[in-house]
Amino acid sequence: MSGDLRDRPGLAMARFSPTMRLRSLDELLERDRQRESDGFPRKIRVGRMIKPGAGRKGKVVVVPTTVEEKLIHDTQFQPPTEDRQGGGSGAGEPGEVIGEEPVRPEGAGAGTGPGQGEGANHEMESSAYDLGRILTEQFQLPNLKDKGKKRSLTRYSYHLTDRHVGQGQLLDKKATLRRILETNIQLGRIDPAEVDTGELMIAPRDKVYRVLSPEKDLESQAMVFFLRDYSGSMDGKPTELVVTQHVLIYSWLLYQYARQVESRFILHDTEAREVQDFYTYYNSKVAGGTQVASALRLVNDLVARESLARDYNIYVFHGTDGDDWDTDGSHTLPELRRMLDYASRVGFTVVERAFVREAGSEVSRYLKASGLLESQSRLLRLDTLPEETDEPRLIEGIRRLTAE
Amino acid sequence: MQLIDQHTKRIMEGCKARAREAGLRFQDETLEYIVTNRDLLELSPKLMIPTLYDYWVHDVEVLKEKGKYELYPGNPYETVINTRPAISFYNDNNPDWLNVMIFYHVLAHIDFFQNNLFFRHTWDDDFTGQALADKRTIARLRAERGRWVDYVIEFARGIDNLVGYHDELARIDRARQPRTAARVDYYFDVFLQSVRQVKTNAYIEEIERYNRCAAESPHTCEDVFFAEVEHRYPEFGSLYQKYRQRPAPGRQDLLQHLMAHSEFLNREDNRWMKTVIEVVRQTALFFQPQIRTKIMNEGWASYWHEKLFLRDDRISGHEVDYARVNAGVTALPRVGLNPYALGMRLFEHIEALAAKGRYAFGFQRLRDTHARERYDDGRGGGQAFIFEVRENGSDFTFINTFVDQAFIDRHRLFVAGRRLDPARMVWQYYVRSREADAYRQMLIGALYHPPHVTVSPQPGPDGALQLVHRFEGKPLVTEFIANTLLGIEYLWGAPVCLETSEVVPAAPAPAGDGGALPLAAPREEAPPVSHTWQRVRYTMKSRILRREVLDQAAAA
Repeated sequence: MSGDLRDRPGLAMARFSPTMRLRSLDELLERDRQRESDGFPRKIRVGRMIKPGAGRKGKVVVVPTTVEEKLIHDTQFQPPTEDRQGGGSGAGEPGEVIGEEPVRPEGAGAGTGPGQGEGANHEMESSAYDLGRILTEQFQLPNLKDKGKKRSLTRYSYHLTDRHVGQGQLLDKKATLRRILETNIQLGRIDPAEVDTGELMIAPRDKVYRVLSPEKDLESQAMVFFLRDYSGSMDGKPTELVVTQHVLIYSWLLYQYARQVESRFILHDTEAREVQDFYTYYNSKVAGGTQVASALRLVNDLVARESLARDYNIYVFHGTDGDDWDTDGSHTLPELRRMLDYASRVGFTVVERAFVREAGSEVSRYLKASGLLESQSRLLRLDTLPEETDEPRLIEGIRRLTAE
Repeated sequence: MQLIDQHTKRIMEGCKARAREAGLRFQDETLEYIVTNRDLLELSPKLMIPTLYDYWVHDVEVLKEKGKYELYPGNPYETVINTRPAISFYNDNNPDWLNVMIFYHVLAHIDFFQNNLFFRHTWDDDFTGQALADKRTIARLRAERGRWVDYVIEFARGIDNLVGYHDELARIDRARQPRTAARVDYYFDVFLQSVRQVKTNAYIEEIERYNRCAAESPHTCEDVFFAEVEHRYPEFGSLYQKYRQRPAPGRQDLLQHLMAHSEFLNREDNRWMKTVIEVVRQTALFFQPQIRTKIMNEGWASYWHEKLFLRDDRISGHEVDYARVNAGVTALPRVGLNPYALGMRLFEHIEALAAKGRYAFGFQRLRDTHARERYDDGRGGGQAFIFEVRENGSDFTFINTFVDQAFIDRHRLFVAGRRLDPARMVWQYYVRSREADAYRQMLIGALYHPPHVTVSPQPGPDGALQLVHRFEGKPLVTEFIANTLLGIEYLWGAPVCLETSEVVPAAPAPAGDGGALPLAAPREEAPPVSHTWQRVRYTMKSRILRREVLDQAAAA
């Protein structure tokens, strides 16, 4: 190591770090784009989110990932219903149940009131915003054309935010004290060993006031509903794909609407429920049967009850493996028609398992049969993915779901 | 990154003296560094080797790890790398008593690296120095060739898990055989039989002639014999030379095969690629034994830190602190596996059994339960036995040989299963089995085992490289096949075929949905699902992947 250092004169020891040539995310993505022109598929994925294992206040951080593909054994090729096994120690007869874990840990909905970490949420948003920027710029996702033109969304309110020296409405004591100290240090009137506040000189220019100033208050322009099937059949790959795509869509909209996006998260199996936040949405585990209509009905009810259609551009994205007990869509399609009356865009993502690919899954079959995809093509989009989809295809999917 | 201070180094030297007394063997010099969390994050993608070559995937990993660290801050106590001298990394601010424990742990790791035979090929070089030289070579090439260096690294790394690690070990291990008899062997075994295809009586005549020569002139026998042969078959000499230069069949791994036989790589202006590939290959070989001795290595280190720490006179007063930390490291979890805990207990178990002579044939032959329980040949030597195990074992042999019913019973181990109770929507964890066989199989199933992929000697159409994956009950990860083959195609410069086995897609299971199950008690133990397997051939040609089914063979 030290030998390496000697070759680079002028490099201070303290600056040494094993990966001195660490590149930034943007550089890496630029490089990844270069791959395409060299004829190799892209490798870097963005937007894999890492979630806290326990506790609701966790942060979500957007990070790049890449997989070094090799020929390796697939140890999880068995169907998801198969039991999983591992090691253990302690008491218990063979066959005896030694512990239980709820499939969907409760306490997510009620426990997280408005007091729950604002900062954490913000953190997620800011890195999701970056992701949106990356998606738009690096992957050339469409820019929405008419964002924010529908109605004036700017209004002003006044806050005591700006600082002003010398005069104003309210003395900012902390800032003032800081300036006084600065001045006195410069004048050499402070002995660090013994600070006598009585001796400090106060110049008029040191007084800092807060003044009222207009603040732009932006209203949210878009309301996005993320719907996700979390029935038992979604175990594994389909859930991963759906959730990843929803993260990407969310980030992209966040960027497009300059953060003025509100999102609602709905999970369904045979019944639908709204969950408070993205973490719950992201983390809830799969089990149970499937009724797609239940989720659409819940969205329709929410929109009607809160008269959301008046104030927002409403987007609905639904992710499923296409399995539905309502096989001919007799419950789902009426709800969908109601939804198309107000929504700006409804996008279905269907991740089809290998064994249904020939015939098509129930959801894609009845959507196609209904004719809505053609007659309402501006409003309704369907994207069918195979189970082994990679990220570029997911991003391509977003383009399909969102393009004009 | 800085060296530990003199005070701490003195503690380390004290630990070394005590560890040596206890029987551990390792080189005198070691280097200990204090590292920050940031250093650790940046080191881990490079597998803790500070001088490993630069590669963009490492940068991505670092960015990812930094994000992860924001969410889950956590640090290992120590990390040791297998170099000469051995280097270890520590967090700052450990109290002295904790350092004593950690140092013993580290010294046992070093002992393991330097004595376990699976590390044989890493003993003679300093890997950090080698890596630094490689890093410079790659940096120089990158300055000349730009991003194409990274593509070659990427494609070579795509198959670096297929390196012929065991072949490499065998090559080192094989005693130098006397080369003198080779000509005689070739003459009788190959030349006469396959090349000339002489009749049996002519063959026997030759043997007799050889025996006569040997009897008449024992010292110059071969020369006399072959003078006659060369007279009779003038082509013999050159054929024999050719035969000797021929690579031993089946002894090249995929990377070597590409380097030796790829026309693309052997073109004048592509030769540099072979340098890069060789670096990747050597690096992969270096890390192979580490992956294959995890349980043993951690177990060995935990065994010794416990033993030596409790004996150490410098730490009195900190027994409770120690117990708390040690319990965290070496407790057996209720559900799950802890390689530290398992390996340590298995070493203790082996030691106890060996001390009573229970690995001897006399014991194995006993059938009487009572006699078995009381068996003790009184010869002792348990510790010598585990030293032998640490010298000769790998995780597979360790588990396969020594995990027995007595071990399972003593530590009340079991195979845990998980199933869904759909009525109450809970996962139930249950004791699936307490049989040693089942437990052993579960452990073995979790071990590192790269697929066995060989190069078929006859090339396919268009000079295609034919790879054959030997079926071992598991398919390959399908998503990775395309890009891996793409890389091989690039390095080979012609199409690549891969023959492998896959499950025939089944009809949708009617109970595929959890909720569709009868809402009764938890599901009965499902019968083992039997799959139908088929042979499949993937062909990568001009960067397009095709898949064809070869045949269907039913397998359970």
